[in-house]
Amino acid sequence: MPKPILTIKNLTKTYGKNVIFQNLDLTVNEGNTIVIIGPSGTGKSTLLRCINLLTRPNSGQIWLDDLEITAKGTDEDQVRQHIGMVFQNFLLFNHLTALGNVKLGLTKVKHMSEEAATQKAMHELSRVGLADRANHYPGQLSGGQQQRVGIARALAMDPRVMLFDEPTSALDPELIGEVLEVMRQLALEGMTMLVVTHEMGFAREVADRIVFMEKGYIVEEGSPDEMFNHPKFDRTREFLWKITELYGKKEKEAK
Amino acid sequence: MLTWLGYFKRFGMNFLRGAGVTLELTAMGLAIGFVLGLLLALARCYGPKWLRATAAAYIAVFRGTPLLVQLFIIYYGLPELGIAFSQTTAAYLALGLNSAAYQAEYLRGSINAIGDAQMQAGRSIGLSKWQTICHIILPQALRLALPSWSNEPISLLKTTAIVFLIAVQDLMAEGKRAATATFDFVGIYLAVAVVYLVMVFLLDALLKFLERKTKIPGMELETRR
Ligand SMILES: Nc1ncnc2c1ncn2[C@@H]1O[C@H](COP(=O)(O)OP(=O)(O)O)[C@@H](O)[C@H]1O
Ligand SMILES: [Mg+2]
Repeated sequence: MPKPILTIKNLTKTYGKNVIFQNLDLTVNEGNTIVIIGPSGTGKSTLLRCINLLTRPNSGQIWLDDLEITAKGTDEDQVRQHIGMVFQNFLLFNHLTALGNVKLGLTKVKHMSEEAATQKAMHELSRVGLADRANHYPGQLSGGQQQRVGIARALAMDPRVMLFDEPTSALDPELIGEVLEVMRQLALEGMTMLVVTHEMGFAREVADRIVFMEKGYIVEEGSPDEMFNHPKFDRTREFLWKITELYGKKEKEAK
Repeated sequence: MLTWLGYFKRFGMNFLRGAGVTLELTAMGLAIGFVLGLLLALARCYGPKWLRATAAAYIAVFRGTPLLVQLFIIYYGLPELGIAFSQTTAAYLALGLNSAAYQAEYLRGSINAIGDAQMQAGRSIGLSKWQTICHIILPQALRLALPSWSNEPISLLKTTAIVFLIAVQDLMAEGKRAATATFDFVGIYLAVAVVYLVMVFLLDALLKFLERKTKIPGMELETRR
């Protein structure tokens, strides 16, 4: 029996009168990589933000392991430590070095000693291949390097699950590969991941399941083989075809 | 020309003493203004509604009325309500309370420019809202504000001159005394102006130094984007 790490039931989120999604269900099992795809404005980012409580859903429930994190009185800061988040625009702390970025949560949230935090942070930076850039500031790093620091910063907290919100879509094509490579490695190491991305190569290769979301609904979900080769709905086929075409072109241009 | 240079010899000690008082006034006004201004800016950006409104009202009132009126209310008006201050304390207070309103605006602007995204990033690793403000928002916002905020100390230093009106013995007051002693108003006030100019020049150099010292490599690119 696979063990669910993240369980989402009946989740509804509205902004004013604007319903972003309604009665959404999703389960992420331990060690799995789930890729979410779907047109822009569909509510993918909002869903990720709901999961780590950066915004509050209107109704429905989310469990992290056996803890209902949407329950009243949950310590949000406590919950967020266990859910790593990687942002589209990196959102590094610009006044801190790469090392400082990774260390901050360790000293201020986990209350580790300076020494232990440095050691742990350096370990995380090596995991993303940036130990030699530890003392560089974000403004001195390429986009791909910044995003890898962003991943290391989230990893340092030893999260139960990592959320990625289009981690490569702000990157120049030639820098996408190094970030995807780090994510692929994480998946291999057994990290549980929920990834919003349009990188179909990554989805095909790494995802255990692909979820196609449109206008706030999960249209279809399945294994990469099911989704790419025998989708149940025409909408899924159309979208996958379009996205592969579009991003395939971009990749070619990069070469 | 020689007589004029002679003023520096004759009144040099007085000018120096006055300049010391002027610098004290500037420093106190700036310090009070910074602490209060920071609180006002935080209140406006992160406070509950009523606190935001209160901070906004404070800023509007202190920026919307002459400093001299504020000084007179504090020094001559408040004693009628049983709250009396010495001249110096009244001057510190008026300068500080007034400067707070301006400093709050500089800081608020840069806090807004740093934006909600950095707050989300901070919260995402488990920092509390307050921790994120202290460790992430403010270190960036203060640096971002520094170049435009630097106008405030300079402008405050010159503004302190009005406190001679409640008989604080600052540079301006010393100048007035020297002028009455010599009847050479032009010469004396020119000398006083030179002393102010030197102080402004030094302060400006200090601020530029501070800006260089706190600069983060590559950060301006980051914020301009
Ligand atoms: N803070 C917000 N306030 C109001 N509307 C929002 C907010 N954030 C997102 N939305 C709206 O929610 C919808 C879904 O946005 P988003 O989750 O970013 O979609 P996606 O990530 O799939 O492109 C969009 O129509 C967007 O305008
Ligand atoms: Mg999005």
